Amino acid sequence: MKKTVILGALTVAGLAAGAAAAATLDDVKARGKLNCGVTTGVPGFAEPDANGVWQGFDVAVCRAVAAAVLGDSTAVEFVPTTGKTRFTALASGEIDMLARNTTWTFSRDVDLKFEFTGVNYYDGQGFMIPAELGVSSASELDGATVCIQTGTTTELNLADFFRSNNISYEPVPIETGAEAVQQYNAGACDVYTTDASALAAQRANFEDPSAHVIMPEIISKEPLGPLVRHGDHEWGDIVRWTLNALITAEELGVNSANLAELSGGSNNPEINRLLGTEGDLGAMLGLDAEWAKRAIGVAGNYGEVFAKNIGEDTPIGLARGLNAQWTDGGLIYSPPFR
Amino acid sequence: MTTISDPSVGTTNQSFRLAMLLNDTRYRSLTFQFIALVAIIAFMAFVGGNLVRNLAEAGLNISYKFLGEPAGYDINQRPIEYDSQSSHGRAAIVGLLNTLIVAVLACITATVIGVVAGVLRLSNNWLVSKIMSFYVEIFRNVPVLIWILIIFSIMINALPGPREFKGDTPSASMILFDTVAVTNRGVFVPSPEFSNSFASTEEVPVTSTGMDWLLILAALVLSWIVATRVSQWASKTQEETGIRPKTWHMRLAIWAVPLAGVLLFLGLTWNIPELKGFNFKGGLQIRGSLLALWFALAIYTGAFIAENVRAGIMAISKGQTEAAGALGLRPNLIMSLVVLPQALRVIIPPLISQYLNITKNSSLAIAVGYMDVTGTLGGITLLQTGRAIETILLLMLFYLTVSLLISAVMNVFNNRMKLKER
Ligand SMILES: N[C@@H](CCC(=O)N[C@@H](CS)C(=O)NCC(=O)O)C(=O)O
Repeated sequence: MKKTVILGALTVAGLAAGAAAAATLDDVKARGKLNCGVTTGVPGFAEPDANGVWQGFDVAVCRAVAAAVLGDSTAVEFVPTTGKTRFTALASGEIDMLARNTTWTFSRDVDLKFEFTGVNYYDGQGFMIPAELGVSSASELDGATVCIQTGTTTELNLADFFRSNNISYEPVPIETGAEAVQQYNAGACDVYTTDASALAAQRANFEDPSAHVIMPEIISKEPLGPLVRHGDHEWGDIVRWTLNALITAEELGVNSANLAELSGGSNNPEINRLLGTEGDLGAMLGLDAEWAKRAIGVAGNYGEVFAKNIGEDTPIGLARGLNAQWTDGGLIYSPPFR
Repeated sequence: MTTISDPSVGTTNQSFRLAMLLNDTRYRSLTFQFIALVAIIAFMAFVGGNLVRNLAEAGLNISYKFLGEPAGYDINQRPIEYDSQSSHGRAAIVGLLNTLIVAVLACITATVIGVVAGVLRLSNNWLVSKIMSFYVEIFRNVPVLIWILIIFSIMINALPGPREFKGDTPSASMILFDTVAVTNRGVFVPSPEFSNSFASTEEVPVTSTGMDWLLILAALVLSWIVATRVSQWASKTQEETGIRPKTWHMRLAIWAVPLAGVLLFLGLTWNIPELKGFNFKGGLQIRGSLLALWFALAIYTGAFIAENVRAGIMAISKGQTEAAGALGLRPNLIMSLVVLPQALRVIIPPLISQYLNITKNSSLAIAVGYMDVTGTLGGITLLQTGRAIETILLLMLFYLTVSLLISAVMNVFNNRMKLKER
């Protein structure tokens, strides 16, 4: 392994994935910090606040994992990644997990060898355009100049959409979301397209959000979720079940208000298994019994995290929609804790 | 060295002993070179083998099959036909051509800027020379990426968007008799079209094809050959009679008539850009990303070339200028006939490096979304296929080949300019 490390540096960095595969949990524990890849800044999803503390819907996943594994939700090193750098960062072991509105696709899972550990937001690609242009449907976009982020699924969906509708466009490839917004606002492109949630999030930061419309068409499926490297299943399980713990907590009515009370024991066995007062699910993960309790304790259950960061009462104002619990007709569904 | 080493050289036919490889200076350097070569090869083989083994361990293997698969993404600036169903290989070629386009444009512009600034910096006019040293110091001391970004953001924020050309009282309008539009998405200029293009058929009217341009090129080459003949004839006449015949009208005709004939035959018309829907349509769009990258590379590298030019000129001793002056040559003739031809010998070698720098720095293109080969092959293709090693190796090969070609061409030029010793 020694020479692998040295010579790995000589080859293209980040591709000696095999070397970094095993025992991420041990690495994280030894380091005392979780390295979590996030965006370079999308309001509501991942962005440092005025005090430089990262906040957001994706950030909450990182913090929950850190709380479960290390017992400290602040023991996270947030690594900002662009659409271009995120996969290299993960494959090379620079980050332990990626929570950066990343779409689960076949080729990323199978060919790029990543393991998606669930979906924390069911999304689709949308278009945003200044209201003054008076365009109401994406099919009227013939000849438009479109800002896109390179290295995303967005780019490919866009090409497919315009091709199948037989209309032309001019792509303007851009590296980060912030630059894209800058160019869009300067009028260097007519349309900005990305995941609809990110459109809403970025529009919320505009001077005059109401001057921009998000068109009704959703042209793709973008299941966004956290991911880890292929090969380290124990670590994958931890990330997967931490997210599931947040989801299950909402389903079972466990929230930050009643967490302390319920962790004294309740008459619902699944709540007891989740919070570690019954059974030994934590030990099976290689963690202690209270791992899920700590994860939920950071910012509450899935619903609370959603409402606080991107929900209808925030400037971003996203409705639960597809992201409601399955019991409310949504797609958010966790396998049972047993 | 060789003289003291071996008294027996060429005298007795001493038989070769193995120890001579080390003791005999005739062989020693060869021995060491050989050892070094073997060591380098062994090291490379070890690194390569390690790479392949590690890749295999990680379940990856080197394969270039992806080059034949559909790319799936669009590219805005397409020198050759390309759409999202074309292959990754073709996307790489589009990127490569885009790299060459910006590199050639920037090299030419940087040379012009550099020569002018370099000569002017030596000017006796205090203000001019100070302005030029200001230019040189400002531009070469700020990283080129910053210049690219500065120029690009000035362009998108200061220039009007296509929307501002709309309406009854537009806040922006086209220039040069309504033929050129300067917008924050680039400059739209009229483009030539041929109504009798070779590729055009009754059913599919085509407005230009490679054949048309080849014909134009052929006309120009023909003109050039004839024009050189004419000036040879003029020189000969001058030598014989002492009087150089006036040839400018002949040369004008030689250049203009065939070209005009060909253009007339092809039916040249101009496609003038026009505001349609979201954007200007028709004509040729020189995109903002190309302009920003081109100018940033040109003014940045121009500052370095200016210094090379100044060094070259200063290397020519003042005595030469004075001697030429004593012979009655005027200052601009002294510069062009005496100083510059000699200075070129000093200027060209570093100029080669500057051209190579431009080519390599053009890979910063993605900062402004210009789709060069680093953006297509080394950017989107790499990301969408995950074939990092393969694409990076190809990229290295591309840049290496381009750089070596530039070096080769410039070295030929340098050899022709070199002092020919008799
Ligand atoms: N879901 C898509 C797109 C993800 C994406 O890049 N989203 C943008 C939306 S603005 C983003 O997160 N940008 C933030 C950044 O560049 O750091 C994918 O996985 O390819």
